[in-house]
Amino acid sequence: MPKFNITTTALRAYIMIIVVGIIWGYFHWATNSVFLTPRNLSNLMTQMSVTAIIAVGMLMVIVSGNIDLSVGSLLGFAGGVSAYAITVLGFGLPASLGAAIAVGVVIGTFQGVLTTYLNIPAFIVTLGGLLAWRGAVKWLLGGNTIPISDSTFKGLGNDFLPMTWGWALAGAAIISLVVMAYRRARSVKEYGLGDSNYTAELLKIMVPAGGVVAFILVMNAYQGVPIPVLILLAVALIGAFLTNSTTFGRYLYAIGGNSDAARLSGINTKLNVVAVFALLGALTGIAALLFTARVGSAAPDAGVLKELDAIAACVIGGASLMGGRGTIFGACLGALIMASLDNGMSLMNVRDFMQDIIKGSILVAAVGLDMMGRRQG
Amino acid sequence: MPLIEMRNIVKKFPGVRALDDVSLALETGELHALVGENGAGKSSLMKVLSGVYPSGTFDGEISIDGTSVYFGSIRDSESAGIAMIFQELSLVKELTVGENIFLGREPSRFGVVDWSKLYHSASKLLNDLHLPIDPRIRAGSLGIGQQQLVEIAKALSQNARILVLDEPTAALTESEVDTLFGILRKLRDRGVGMIYISHKLDEVFRIADNITVLRDGRTVATFAAQEVDKNRVIASMVGRDVGDIFPTPEHLRGEVAFSVMNCIAYSPDITDKRLVDEVSFSVRKGEVLGVAGLMGAGRTELLMTIFGAWNGTYSCRIEIDGKKVDISSPGDAIRAGIGFVTEDRKRFGVILEQTIVDNMTLAGLKRISGRFVRNRTRETIAARGPMKVLRIKADSPLTIAGNLSGGNQQKVVLGKWLLTDPKVLFLDEPTRGIDVGAKQEIYAEINKLAKEGMAIVLVSSELPEVLGLSDRVLVLHEGRITAEFSRDDATPEKVMAAATGARLDISVSQSQKGSQN
Repeated sequence: MPKFNITTTALRAYIMIIVVGIIWGYFHWATNSVFLTPRNLSNLMTQMSVTAIIAVGMLMVIVSGNIDLSVGSLLGFAGGVSAYAITVLGFGLPASLGAAIAVGVVIGTFQGVLTTYLNIPAFIVTLGGLLAWRGAVKWLLGGNTIPISDSTFKGLGNDFLPMTWGWALAGAAIISLVVMAYRRARSVKEYGLGDSNYTAELLKIMVPAGGVVAFILVMNAYQGVPIPVLILLAVALIGAFLTNSTTFGRYLYAIGGNSDAARLSGINTKLNVVAVFALLGALTGIAALLFTARVGSAAPDAGVLKELDAIAACVIGGASLMGGRGTIFGACLGALIMASLDNGMSLMNVRDFMQDIIKGSILVAAVGLDMMGRRQG
Repeated sequence: MPLIEMRNIVKKFPGVRALDDVSLALETGELHALVGENGAGKSSLMKVLSGVYPSGTFDGEISIDGTSVYFGSIRDSESAGIAMIFQELSLVKELTVGENIFLGREPSRFGVVDWSKLYHSASKLLNDLHLPIDPRIRAGSLGIGQQQLVEIAKALSQNARILVLDEPTAALTESEVDTLFGILRKLRDRGVGMIYISHKLDEVFRIADNITVLRDGRTVATFAAQEVDKNRVIASMVGRDVGDIFPTPEHLRGEVAFSVMNCIAYSPDITDKRLVDEVSFSVRKGEVLGVAGLMGAGRTELLMTIFGAWNGTYSCRIEIDGKKVDISSPGDAIRAGIGFVTEDRKRFGVILEQTIVDNMTLAGLKRISGRFVRNRTRETIAARGPMKVLRIKADSPLTIAGNLSGGNQQKVVLGKWLLTDPKVLFLDEPTRGIDVGAKQEIYAEINKLAKEGMAIVLVSSELPEVLGLSDRVLVLHEGRITAEFSRDDATPEKVMAAATGARLDISVSQSQKGSQN
């Protein structure tokens, strides 16, 4: 008899979805039914993309037992490099976009090497990075703002996927859900763990498939899926695949959970940690492009405090700063909660300082409740 | 009237009697040595004495100068004049010697520390002990030996009348030991009573007035040091029946599977101290090689070095199946066919918050699951094998390792290494802290693996375990192999003698044996 077992990770995911529902319901009521309109939801999703893309990389760094405080400054610097390349140096579009990502990868790798091979705590290395890369972007831009004139570049942050493509995407997503369900059912039999139950597996994908359809419906009710959201979806899927379904992901959780045991099990802990810093660097480069494109220019103060938003998203999503625990799904929901608070409170005309106080309190309260739940469980 | 007397102390843990009716008396100006195998109860007894186990958690009575005392905490025992010098130094390395000596009791007025008074008193104290140490230098900049002496000075500054020293010479050089003993003799003349715990019998006989032997949590005997010889002390340390609970192995030994030559490992802290000193040995297929030795003899360091996991500098030539292999990381070792069931499972073995499957497949993940993309079904199926063979008691392979008992966690670690399909398996303290049932299951598995042709190196502090399972026993003492015994030759007395570094006695007993033949 298979027991009905709900894992703590799944339980946490359900609770977070409910929390998002409550927050959305409240804002919808408090904003006289403005919050849950297709236009606002489209805005909200676009606003969260930059933070969420960084949070996906940050989650993996945190799971490995490290931290990166430099991503906000790195976002500014990488965005500055791409704007400088396309506007001042006259690079082509692909080279300018590639430059931002390359800057992210190089800096991420460099900081990872300092952390692992020179044994400087990640907190210190990336705190230095927070200062240094902010200085670098100020120096590069000479204190000015560089506008982007290339419309394709700007489109990265402001365009929408044509609606028919949206539906094609939904179709592809549902087909791959079905294929995965079929494979899961078949493997049960292949490995002699019992009979295949195709109906049950098909039923299980009804909820995610419904979610996909609802998402495209809402987005197409405005102008289609925003490009930043599309990129976020791709990043989140790849991140979830890496953490859940690859040996690399398993090693990250093992290193964060017990680095001595991981090392003695033959895992090259240093190389894996460098890789995860490089990955976060690349994602920060991508986020920098979206940010620069959306604003339409590179500014010396772009991305200030973004590192804290990303870390907060991971922590609200259940990641432990001690390492070894956290999910991509949680980090994305955490980013969504943060973005919803920003968006909803702005719609309600809550004043700036009050927004910060409320967000800070919610971050601490969320982790406090989590710790209480953990002690009881 | 004795200075301090402990009468009929009984300390129970779930399922174990750590101390079973132990009594010990210490006179003024007496140096009383406490000896026994690892796990005999020495540390537990000292924890009772120092209030680490507060009054009420054990049975029995402690009295000082004939009055019963009850310690609720370490602070209580300190104010009664008992000071402990632990094996792991408890100085704060970043503070100066003077600050350390008066830590928590700084001479002060209105909360402002009187530094000149502090350093003045500190240097007076150090002068009294004839220690040429500047109280203003950082404690961490001193050698281990001098730090130990500072700890003693600290204890005396608290007017300690009873000093407990736990393996004080473990990290000392020959000349530092001489200095220490000089100071201990001086303290004895001043009337300080001392309890001296040591594995090194030579030293015990140099300094002790009386010797009490503990075994399995009981007092076996108390001797006056002058009226007893080492062999008798050793006999009472080990005197028990060996072998009953061990299935007699019938290992068919094949050709040499594994050999190491000239293994040297240096301490990561003291760069010129060799923790493993020119060790060479080999193991045949199907053979269980036991490595005996006392705490700090270099056994774990030896295994870590071979496995490519030692933190300090090291060198070692390793051959597997007659071919030289280069091992510079645990990954290399695993690829070469070595498995390593590490000691201290919570620290080095299991990842407590992960599932049995995740723990078990970790070392062989790429082979079991896939080079990059994982296959969870294959992982689960792989883990079911060892779960069944080792009889791991858990609801499912997805049970979190932290929720298992110690014995089952240990089996998970063993299972992890079986899944790497090793030719050579290292086991470091494989049964520490687990219950008897799980122990026997692990013993049976070791015998089975040997029978199937695996070469096994077994490190254990439990002498009966080493003697009961091994075909051959190596004894390490201070990083060197001091003796090697075949299964029939290995008696607890001989192994213990070699482990305590009493080399002289082995040759005597061997020559006696020779003359009898």
